Amino acid sequence: MHELSIAYNIVNIASTAAAEAGVDEISAVHLRIGVLAGVVADALRFSFAIAAEGTPLAKAELLIEEVPVVVFCPHCNAEQTLPNPRLFRCPRCNQPCGQIIHGRELELVALETP
Amino acid sequence: MNYEAKRLIEIRQGVLSKNDQLAAELRQRFHTFGVFVVNLLSSPGAGKTSLLEATMRTMLSEYRVAALVGDLATDNDARRLARSGGLVRQIQTGDMCHLEADIVARHLEGWNLAEIDLLFIENVGNLVCPAGYDLGEAARVVLLSTTEGEDKPLKYPATFATADAVLLTKMDLAGPVEFDQELAEANIRAINPRAPIIATSARRAGGLEEWIAWLRTQMNRRSATPPDAV
Repeated sequence: MHELSIAYNIVNIASTAAAEAGVDEISAVHLRIGVLAGVVADALRFSFAIAAEGTPLAKAELLIEEVPVVVFCPHCNAEQTLPNPRLFRCPRCNQPCGQIIHGRELELVALETP
Repeated sequence: MNYEAKRLIEIRQGVLSKNDQLAAELRQRFHTFGVFVVNLLSSPGAGKTSLLEATMRTMLSEYRVAALVGDLATDNDARRLARSGGLVRQIQTGDMCHLEADIVARHLEGWNLAEIDLLFIENVGNLVCPAGYDLGEAARVVLLSTTEGEDKPLKYPATFATADAVLLTKMDLAGPVEFDQELAEANIRAINPRAPIIATSARRAGGLEEWIAWLRTQMNRRSATPPDAV
């Protein structure tokens, strides 16, 4: 359950950015979270509500874009999106691929004001 | 009344970018001083401490070995490891379920890195949370014990997918618990086709030979190359 510590990181980065932009209320936080980031969206929302209390993000909603796992397939010499994150095989040629290109993201993309 | 339109403030920053930056600094420091760092991950009770104790004992004749040991509340592991004769320091994480780069950096204070060849970081027993936190290690090693069940890699893909090596531990118990090694290896391979899978037993004589040989090869190779990101 490290979502709380992640939520505090989000609040810290967002509060700093809001202050720099001269904004005192944030209505939405856009996040990109990879399937392999090890973050549970519901746990993060729950933690965020606690971490955001008393900050400009107190009323903010988390808008989460899930990032699928993309690997590099050396056989196809191309990036491929895995339909199943529990099977690291190229969906085109079925060869094993372990080189992860995307799917570990945990990115704060943008903030929205009301 | 304020009629200002809704604004979008672009950030595009990793939520853990502070940790990533500290980890990159640590990696550079480790490389400068020639310290090979291994981050050990597993569920609680998979045998990290036993493996480490036996590994340190064996390697101490050849290398200057140190360990940072993450543990929620006790210093039992650190006391066990200190018996091996290596340099050992306990990191009590309290309620933290994982280690972060700044915790590692703080616990290195007072140690002369120039006098360490090999540093093990025993992460908190947990197959979920530690996966997202780079500690500046050169190798991330994940343990799967024979007593846990063969499907752990499928349940925790984030941890197994990012491993540089996967160790099967407690192989001396494989028979009694009817551990299906072939199935476990197939599950690891499904998630991580590249990492070597090394069977180990900290209790059996010679049970760590392949693991120690792998470590030696990595240490020799890395000392000749610049640091790279995990």
